[in-house]
Amino acid sequence: MNKPESISGGSSTRKSILANGKTLAQNRADMYNISKESGHYDGLKELKLKSSDPITYEKIFSKLRAGVVNARETAKKIAASPIVEQEGELCFTLYNTAGDCICTSTGIIIHVGTMGMCIKYMIENNWEEDPTVNPGDMFTNNDCQIGNVHPCDIATIVPIFHEGNLVAWVGGVTHVIDTGAAGPGSMSNGQVQRFGDGVQITCRKTGINDKPMRDWQHEVQRNVRTPKYWILDERTRIAGDHMIRDIVEEVIADVGVETFIQFSSEIIEDGRRGLVKRINDILIPGKYNTVAFVDVPYMHEDVHVPSPFAKVDTIMHAPCTITVKPEATWRLDFEGCSRWGWHTYNANPTAFTSGIWVMMTQTVVPTERINDGSLFASEFRLPKGTWTNPNDRRTAHADAWHFLVSSWSSLWRAVSRGYFSRGYLEEVNAGNSNPCNWMQGGGFNQEEEIHAVNSFETAACGTGACAMKDGLNHAAAIWNPEGDMGDCEIWELAEPLLYMGRAIKSNTGGYGKYRGGMGFETLRMVHNSADWCMFFMGNGYMNSDWGLHGGYPSATGYRFEAHNTGLHKRIAEGKSLPMGHDWNPDEPDYENHLEPGAIVKRDSQCITTEEIFENGDLYLNYLRGGPGFGDPLDRTIENIEKDLNDVVLLEEYAIKIYGAVFSKDKEGYYTVDADATKARQKEMRKERLSRGTPVKEWMKGERELILDKKASPQVQQMFASSFELSQPFLDKFRAFWELPSDWLVTEKELGVPAFGAKHHMDLSQMPDVKTVVLVEE
Amino acid sequence: MSTTYTKKQVAELIDGVLDWETVRRMLFMPKDPLRFAMYIEVLQDRAQWEDKIVLPLAPHLYIVEDKNGDIVNKCDCGYVFGPYTENWKLNALIYVRDSVEKFNQVYPKLMSPDASWQVYREYYCPECACQHDVEAPVPWYPVIHDFEPDIAAFYKWVGLEVPKKIAA
Repeated sequence: MNKPESISGGSSTRKSILANGKTLAQNRADMYNISKESGHYDGLKELKLKSSDPITYEKIFSKLRAGVVNARETAKKIAASPIVEQEGELCFTLYNTAGDCICTSTGIIIHVGTMGMCIKYMIENNWEEDPTVNPGDMFTNNDCQIGNVHPCDIATIVPIFHEGNLVAWVGGVTHVIDTGAAGPGSMSNGQVQRFGDGVQITCRKTGINDKPMRDWQHEVQRNVRTPKYWILDERTRIAGDHMIRDIVEEVIADVGVETFIQFSSEIIEDGRRGLVKRINDILIPGKYNTVAFVDVPYMHEDVHVPSPFAKVDTIMHAPCTITVKPEATWRLDFEGCSRWGWHTYNANPTAFTSGIWVMMTQTVVPTERINDGSLFASEFRLPKGTWTNPNDRRTAHADAWHFLVSSWSSLWRAVSRGYFSRGYLEEVNAGNSNPCNWMQGGGFNQEEEIHAVNSFETAACGTGACAMKDGLNHAAAIWNPEGDMGDCEIWELAEPLLYMGRAIKSNTGGYGKYRGGMGFETLRMVHNSADWCMFFMGNGYMNSDWGLHGGYPSATGYRFEAHNTGLHKRIAEGKSLPMGHDWNPDEPDYENHLEPGAIVKRDSQCITTEEIFENGDLYLNYLRGGPGFGDPLDRTIENIEKDLNDVVLLEEYAIKIYGAVFSKDKEGYYTVDADATKARQKEMRKERLSRGTPVKEWMKGERELILDKKASPQVQQMFASSFELSQPFLDKFRAFWELPSDWLVTEKELGVPAFGAKHHMDLSQMPDVKTVVLVEE
Repeated sequence: MSTTYTKKQVAELIDGVLDWETVRRMLFMPKDPLRFAMYIEVLQDRAQWEDKIVLPLAPHLYIVEDKNGDIVNKCDCGYVFGPYTENWKLNALIYVRDSVEKFNQVYPKLMSPDASWQVYREYYCPECACQHDVEAPVPWYPVIHDFEPDIAAFYKWVGLEVPKKIAA
């Protein structure tokens, strides 16, 4: 675990709500400090309950785990929001009295940590004295300054009491469709500060005696665009929380409260040991160096922001060194990251450290026993002032995932190097796609109600290639282990957008011996809406995922939208329509099925802000593919042929990438000529040798470009931002390129606004606020 | 269900032809501790050279112990990329895709990065032209040393004798 200073417990004038007589803060401080000193959660060098009575131990776990999963599955049906009901964007988690996770449901398990942080914040800021913590209370939180990922993840926290004493907490979270941000949709991107990022609630007591308070409901419903969904989502969370509370009461009635309390610490130490064992079983000690980038192209005319200092092109930089230690714990160090920015993609340390487990449970620790024990076996270094740990309370976070998933994809690629070297080829994943586009918007929908949409089709992007098979097509998202694109019919009910087609997107998976999984595309026509706006949100100029071991990154995104299409006229006249595939964007065909005068935008600008869409306008929602594995020239002839016949590989690129020589029969069936293809591949190898330059020679030229400061402003700004925050990164950069010791590029010399670089104010500087820090900063 | 596998099954896994039922078992059962030794054995049988494989790095790239006991990065074709502690990429050939035309050899123009934001760096073996890696960084980015294994610690984990020059 990280080793910040010991924490102190604070004081309270109110009678303790714990059986041990301590304040909540003292209780947490004691557990934290003994964990730090002993290296074992709560100082548990032995798991006495587990070793003396393993049957009871497993019974308790099974009952609680089944309880949280069942609560999620049941509560999901209460929700009206398709994000929750179709995509399962909810999660329930049980915590001990210190706010450390005992067990969690399936779903968006990033919230193991975020809700835990909310509980810890209440503990450290003496909520037990004011506003008080009593049986039947409910607390609501979505504050990104104390750990939430983005404002649309709303958590309802319920304390669980037994005979007047607090014994646990339960939290439920749902991704709501709108939070009343400046722009509609749950992850909008027009705002650049917290003050436009939607309603933010800080661990507020919102219910007593198991009922939400009326003033809370009246206030919050009018602060969002979609009150119907808000109400039902809250009921979803409350129902799940109360189901889990019932289960805990049953367990206590069965085994006794002392055994339950003992269990609630042992299971976390068990989780810590589980991660250590798994690292030892599957990885290789050493250093894994990796990096990810994301484009933030805000200079474009279709990005409208309220603040001039936000109108800059920037690049997110996320280098990471994972050190797997000989004792099979690990440290993840993000030294060198770029600064937070005036956009909605900032993260905070808890979103980062907790969110990583969403990804890790799909790879390093695919276990139902994931809990805060994993965090206690890990060290995180997230330098203050970077996008991973902003030092300013104004930051916006609505689409924190945009940066988070991009940096995690590189971590997956990194650990996959370890799996490959160890022979666990079945575990290798070249790194998942950056799951986007996020199709969002709002206005008046087909029901003539104020509405907002955020299509979660993006929960089914392509996965990265494995070391022994291709990636999965349109199957998953790194942020939700239960990926699902949802049903067209349900989306058409939720959105005033008709499907003109839904198809696998050719050439989106990165090429390789094994190719990345393909993404897909849906063409939507605005229908029956009024005053409707939409926008795009994804990567276009860059790609955050790379290939692995010679495989290529997946394709980048692009934007297609069309206005003044005349489609209603064409439909009435029975003319051809744009439908299905946008096969090759370099040879566009949709345009051939629009009326003269149609206005088309087809470019790499994949981040836009609200634009007016009239009925009959078109929006292409292109969901990305995953990266590839291994040299493409190692791909089997059979697989190349299959890709052609499955229409996931354009002919032109079968030739350019794989050297395929093929014929096509009358029915359109491809046959690849193996001998001719092998011969062509031999030539391609020779071409590689003739166009390649020895790396050390190439470095001399690249060094000259650096000395002459020849690179685009956004590239230089990225380096300048990282250099300013990280002397170690600057030193490494200078050493690698053998630059003079005084060489530097600064934001000042680039002439771009850098508001927040020098003057900033952190949440810890607010009156009466005690922040909770769990990482090295 | 068994969590040990045969050398034949490991060889089929490497070749990508192992039956899905066994692959699934490999995925959801605890990991088989003998896998590494068996994996090395299969790869060693296939190697065109006598050097002892210490750690596979990529499908055609290995850390090996040569006849002098030196630990080096080596390609399937026999090309040596230098000592294992150094970044093998520095001894490779590189081809940088940094223009619309070069990117268009890989993806349609609108599905490729913009070269003023990002480039592809393809690393080839100077002898057999195997594409061992593709980086996709911003221009100026230092060549990444992806993996620096602690072989001594790892060999202790799996109960193998640490190569002499590493142990020393």
